[in-house]
Amino acid sequence: MEIVLALAIGILTASGLWLIFRPRTFQVILGLSLLSYAVNLFILAAGRLRSDAPPIVGRDPASADPAFYADPLPQALVLTAIVISFATTALLLVVLLASRGLTGTDHVDGEDGET
Amino acid sequence: MTGWIDHLVITPIILPLMASALMLAFDERRRVLKRVLSLATAALLIANAAALLWLAGDRSGPLVYLLGNWAAPFGIVLVADRLSAMMLLLASVVGFTALFYAVARWDRSGPRFHALFLLLLMGINGAFLTGDIFNLFVFFEVLLAASYGLILHGSGTERTSASLHYITINIAASLLFLLGVALLYAVTGTLNMADLALRVASTDASDLALLEAGAAILGIAFLIKAGIWPLSFWLPRTYAAAAPPVAAVFAIMTKVGIYVLLRLSSLIFGDASGEAARFANEALLYAGLATMIFGIVGILSARQLTRVAGYYVLVSSGTLLAAVGLGGEALIAAMLFYLVSSTLAVGALYLIIEPVERNADEEDMIAGIAEPVFDDEYVGAIEEVTDEEGVIIPGTIAILGGGFIFCALLLAGLPPLSGFIAKFAMIDALLKTSEVEPAGWVLIGLIILSGLATMIIMTRAGIDLLWRPGEDAPSRLSLVEVVPIGLLLTVCLGLMLWAGPVMAYLEKTSSALHQPAHYVAAVTDAPQAGSER
Repeated sequence: MEIVLALAIGILTASGLWLIFRPRTFQVILGLSLLSYAVNLFILAAGRLRSDAPPIVGRDPASADPAFYADPLPQALVLTAIVISFATTALLLVVLLASRGLTGTDHVDGEDGET
Repeated sequence: MTGWIDHLVITPIILPLMASALMLAFDERRRVLKRVLSLATAALLIANAAALLWLAGDRSGPLVYLLGNWAAPFGIVLVADRLSAMMLLLASVVGFTALFYAVARWDRSGPRFHALFLLLLMGINGAFLTGDIFNLFVFFEVLLAASYGLILHGSGTERTSASLHYITINIAASLLFLLGVALLYAVTGTLNMADLALRVASTDASDLALLEAGAAILGIAFLIKAGIWPLSFWLPRTYAAAAPPVAAVFAIMTKVGIYVLLRLSSLIFGDASGEAARFANEALLYAGLATMIFGIVGILSARQLTRVAGYYVLVSSGTLLAAVGLGGEALIAAMLFYLVSSTLAVGALYLIIEPVERNADEEDMIAGIAEPVFDDEYVGAIEEVTDEEGVIIPGTIAILGGGFIFCALLLAGLPPLSGFIAKFAMIDALLKTSEVEPAGWVLIGLIILSGLATMIIMTRAGIDLLWRPGEDAPSRLSLVEVVPIGLLLTVCLGLMLWAGPVMAYLEKTSSALHQPAHYVAAVTDAPQAGSER
């Protein structure tokens, strides 16, 4: 499972990085989104990979051994990070549209190099 | 929790949040109400920060506030020590003056200015107060989200395209922030800064590289905010594109990055933390020096005053970072003095540039009034500026010129103003160390050189803008614009007159930073409410 996750993070990061160095605003936004997925997976991995382990301790005191449970904190962090990156991506999309409308091009610098 | 006084630690966050939320309930046309509300909130924030400053200076240790009454490493804590209280006061003074200035006309050039501005103050205050690195991320996002809105305030092509870069860079920086936090958590298993300080000391040698990598990635995120050299090309342009009151308050935002670096480097990578101690100090020092050189070259080559101010922000960031890198109690105290003085001076400069240039460049004036991007968004919000607020005062040029010279002296660090005291204290602290390192000499040289460069460019601009006779009538200046500039400069004057007591406070701050054990003990031993009963 580690290798699958590592590959996923690696591919997402590589694609995201390639995209944010592209000259079109939409590509940049997609790149940032991919990077944020990679980061979210990475945070999850920071809490150690576990399968079949719930993050919430039950009421039964016999089952209160932390070894049975996944670390809930990174999961909470990922939730926060997802919400924040969703909101900022939405905002960036609006700025993209405004910039497209004002400059007439979707180049990140507001002007095309060739013209 | 012994009484209402303890809650003063959280009010700097709650107050602007509530006021900002309340603001959304009112129509954009109820401008007077919004102005009164936001100015009152900002004034209360100053009072609150002053109270915290007094409390933190009075007590032996920092004030700790347990959110939700959870014990320290499990819940989120807010900590107000001398350094946080000082930064809070600085932020609220700059915030209040910028807000006051905005009332002159800038808050009319787009919707929801006051709500965004208060949210920005909330994010800044939260970043100064929090004692938890993930919570720090959240407050960073709050202040960034508000700053995205503010940088777009007034709209226009230049602003939109500058803010596109600004937002992209900051989102990328936030991702680095998250990566760093995740790595630190993976190694130490905690996010609480005080707890981190305890655990870093006992990190296994095999995990040390991972820990340092995490801290370095985290550091890059803060350094981008602080505007360190290879990562700062966005800063002068973005700050120049922002509306003047927004740019003035952004002057404190670079200092947020520096505050966090100072806090984390003293707490987590102080001398007590074993193997990992001071691992990045050299990098900070050289990056700071490089930033100073870049800033000085930028200042000399800038064609507009707003760009000069932007590069000056870089120079001051570079100076502060290099000082953090070199370390030492006396130098950190002097560096904090410089931080306060330069932030106030840059804030004042951003505010004064616009009225000074108003005559020279009519295009700037027009750029201030927005062209609507989304028609429905601006309905009712934008009105033609017909009524000039406040009394129009005579002798505009005299006042502007005086203020401009005052600013120039402050920025260049010429005697007798507080800028000089700050630079003198830094050089003095550098020379007093038994053996001055070569880097220390370079820093001294660059501090003096940056003053010279600032003086040259300010003289050039001053002669060009203020003394050159023009055919147009002297620009109109309303009282509302003069008061905040005067206020900022008066605070600088106060810093000069009471430099002794201020320096004494900062020396105690610096010595507290060099004994992180007190901070850690205060956080881990913080009593829960009701536990004494």
